[in-house]
Amino acid sequence: MNGLVKGVLSGNRRDLARLISLIEDEDADATKALSQLYKHTGKAHIIGVTGPPGSGKSSLVTKLTTEFRSRDKTIGIVCVDPSSPFTGGALLGDRIRMQEHSLDKEVYVRSMGTRGHLGGLARATSDAVRAIDAFGKDIIFVETVGAGQSEVEVINIAHTVIVTDMPGSGDDIQAIKAGIMEIADIFVVNKMDLSGAERKVTEIEVMLDIDPRERDWRPPVLLTNSRSGEGVAELAEKILEHLQFLKDSGLLEQKGLKRSRDELQELMRYKLTRELYQKLEGQPEYEAAIKKIATRKDDPYSVAERLIAEFLFSESR
Amino acid sequence: MSSSKKIRVLVAKPGLDGHDRGAKIVARALRDAGMEVIYTGLRQTPEMVVRAALDEGVHCIGLSILSGAHNALFPKIMELLKEEGVDDILVVGGGIIPEDDIPNLKKAGIAEIFGPGTPLDEIIEYIKTNVKL
Repeated sequence: MNGLVKGVLSGNRRDLARLISLIEDEDADATKALSQLYKHTGKAHIIGVTGPPGSGKSSLVTKLTTEFRSRDKTIGIVCVDPSSPFTGGALLGDRIRMQEHSLDKEVYVRSMGTRGHLGGLARATSDAVRAIDAFGKDIIFVETVGAGQSEVEVINIAHTVIVTDMPGSGDDIQAIKAGIMEIADIFVVNKMDLSGAERKVTEIEVMLDIDPRERDWRPPVLLTNSRSGEGVAELAEKILEHLQFLKDSGLLEQKGLKRSRDELQELMRYKLTRELYQKLEGQPEYEAAIKKIATRKDDPYSVAERLIAEFLFSESR
Repeated sequence: MSSSKKIRVLVAKPGLDGHDRGAKIVARALRDAGMEVIYTGLRQTPEMVVRAALDEGVHCIGLSILSGAHNALFPKIMELLKEEGVDDILVVGGGIIPEDDIPNLKKAGIAEIFGPGTPLDEIIEYIKTNVKL
């Protein structure tokens, strides 16, 4: 395990790949390794890319990678595709679009199935990004599953969120719905060569005009063609501008604090509930209480309070 | 803890032929068998196949080839894997591969060759049985 940590820190790709597999399989060794790697993280600029299926997320990430490689940045990419709710299997096809970087040593690409996790990412995505961060990549792209309207979890991971859209995908009412349209730091209307691209830009701009949130950063709306690369250099500039804005405004620090708080709470919640269930499992009182609730002799609200007090907070157990 | 261990398979098309219907059908079948399948797309060099397999942490590589270049490309891939010190990835092949060529490919380290008409269940079973998790 120590070898794994050393390997990741010294830039051994196979150790990085191995660690991400352990993370995905929820192996206890992954937690140990991550806890040692933690102090080496926090350096990468994490860029989320989300948007509907087929809007060109993978192609855009590929072109952005080309752009940032020409500026000597090293790149990590985590792309998430859905797992089947029936078999748990997945077809991970984002790599197909990323061929042009497949032999570049400074680019690491990892595909990931959601494995039942909702929200647009896999459970393992956040920790995988952290592993790549420790590995030393300057920029890490997180490409979500093809997102519908409420797959917004990527904001918890990314510093900069790009929401991609394309011409002809719904009217202006779609643009003012809650959810994904609210999380963008940068909007991209991809496939700019198709008719209706300008109109799409206008719809998003109008939506931004009536956004009541007082923000110092108004998300720019950019046109790109992720096949030809048109507009990608401008997008890269905006991405860097956004990072600079986060730094100057103090938002980067705030985001970091919020993330740490959320993560700590989530980990504690996970540990506490697991501990509680382990203690309750097989206890006659527990089974009896469940029966009483089902037969209306007791109610779940007070039983929950009682069991938590008895089993989690009493030292005698 | 590792109850959620999944078989990860890279389905790759090395060489220059552009026919990937078979590869896609196999990829889909493996997906339906509960595996995570990474499909690389067409026209991969051996270097690209090996790089993708290592970065993705796969347990199995499925090579599909219809161009006739298997005698050159398959052993090259095995050689590159060996150079990387890999001996725990199961490599299987499929496509249009004459019977006579199979012994040499196996000698090079390809575990099994599945020709046209192989039932999909047979491929799935083979991978499930022989893969090292």
